[in-house]
Amino acid sequence: MIRRLLIVNRGEIALRIVRAARELGLVSIVAHSEADADTLAVQHADEAVCIGPAQASKSYLNIPAVIEAARSCQADAVHPGYGFLSESADFARAVKEAGLIFIGPDADIIARMGDKAMARQTAIEAGVPVVPGSPRAVEGLEEALAVAEDVGYPLLIKAAAGGGGRGIRVAEDSDMLAKQLPQAQAEAQAAFGDGRVYLERFIARARHIEVQILADGKRALHFFERECSLQRRRQKVLEEAPSPAVDSATRKRLCDSAVALAEHVGYLGAGTLEYLFDDTTGEFFFIEMNTRIQVEHPVTEMVTGFDLVRAMIQIAAGEPLGIAQDEISLKGWAIEMRINAEDPDRDFFPSLGTVEKLVWPTGPGVRIDSGLYEGYKMPPFYDSLVAKLIVWDDSRENALIRAGRALDEFHLQGFTTTAGLHRRLIEDPAVKAGAFDTAFLERWLSEPASDHANKKEVINEQ
Amino acid sequence: MTTQQIQAPFPGVFYRTPSPDEPVYVEEGQAVQAGDVIGLIEVMKQFVELKAEASGTLVSFSADNESVLEAGDVIGTLEVNE
Repeated sequence: MIRRLLIVNRGEIALRIVRAARELGLVSIVAHSEADADTLAVQHADEAVCIGPAQASKSYLNIPAVIEAARSCQADAVHPGYGFLSESADFARAVKEAGLIFIGPDADIIARMGDKAMARQTAIEAGVPVVPGSPRAVEGLEEALAVAEDVGYPLLIKAAAGGGGRGIRVAEDSDMLAKQLPQAQAEAQAAFGDGRVYLERFIARARHIEVQILADGKRALHFFERECSLQRRRQKVLEEAPSPAVDSATRKRLCDSAVALAEHVGYLGAGTLEYLFDDTTGEFFFIEMNTRIQVEHPVTEMVTGFDLVRAMIQIAAGEPLGIAQDEISLKGWAIEMRINAEDPDRDFFPSLGTVEKLVWPTGPGVRIDSGLYEGYKMPPFYDSLVAKLIVWDDSRENALIRAGRALDEFHLQGFTTTAGLHRRLIEDPAVKAGAFDTAFLERWLSEPASDHANKKEVINEQ
Repeated sequence: MTTQQIQAPFPGVFYRTPSPDEPVYVEEGQAVQAGDVIGLIEVMKQFVELKAEASGTLVSFSADNESVLEAGDVIGTLEVNE
């Protein structure tokens, strides 16, 4: 039983959780930093407690300060939101040891799914496809060639000790592999002091597709997929549900695999399984699991009609899932546009200021998740996401039209946002056709804006 | 000799070191060339290098490491070479 819920986060997600708590009849308490005493989440919450100075390391990431605040305000549960401490196994453990309910899975599951190698191994055990590759480092050329036969070309030769894109070579065929392997091993030895390399299928044009699940420790349910390929520097910019690339047979296999993995680990709470999806072959490969609510959860709520944040609180309180999989169905199409306080014309440099004038779009099928209000002065310490504009309509085509209408109604004075970028992006012929991969947006941004409107015509002339 | 006040170009958190366990970019009293990095300002999770606008001597810092700055706050004083 939960009566008093401590929300350890800020911005739009803190407000989102306050709303769910209030609708559940819980006392909502927002834990905030000194810089966030005036946020909308604090204003809407029943109570608020300051947990430290502005810098996140001293407040939102400070486990002892959060536990102390939870005790002092007599909370019986803690919701971590996303980011900050939401995927810290140490935090989940500390909450539990303090005798409180953590709104999320057990610390052990967070740790297991947070480790890439362990998550991959877990997926293999559950029968979920992962990016094909050598099970461990390859020694000589003979072994590499044998592995390559199974994995298929083109493939990546990756340094075991590499990371962040370093220490990777591409081999198109067996001749190139024979030539590249010793070079890659020597290079890895020189760069990382560790010459081990392994092989992995190179998926040139992949989409990022993810599956939302809810689980109660015994049973898991999926809430279909989200398409999140439109990214800049690995940050999602625009998300939608469902994915325009997935047919119903593939959707079933994809979502069933997510349920299998969640049930295999006895998952509890809301979670998201991320996959690479290869458009050309229709194959999907599990890459990682996020053991928390995600920024883009509203698009799933819009197309399924379920309140995921409310559900994750109920599950943590010990209520089993009260519905069957066939009671969850997809209806229409939803699109989320992340409005960041950044200037797209200045390489997305943060754009700070005070909200002088604010007009939100309203009307049918429009949802705003945001902590902005007129007079609010944005602190410089945190993420630049200031609003999520979500639209729903009966089809993808109509949802894009509605997104444009909503963006036209949106008016903010005080600082620059990425809203204008979205207005152009949703007019792009490739975006309208749903034809993009994870590299699309960066390519699009590097082209002159004046080309975008005329792109189709230019291609036709060629 | 002219002195120049180095001001924060935008609000954020000021750092004198590239990372917590590394030495400072510039010691007080040290000579700097125009374009030398003298600190970092963190704004909305982005780190921006703060560079000396002229060559000279960085006489003193008035902003502490990890201090919170508003745009226009004075970070330090530069004695510009003639």
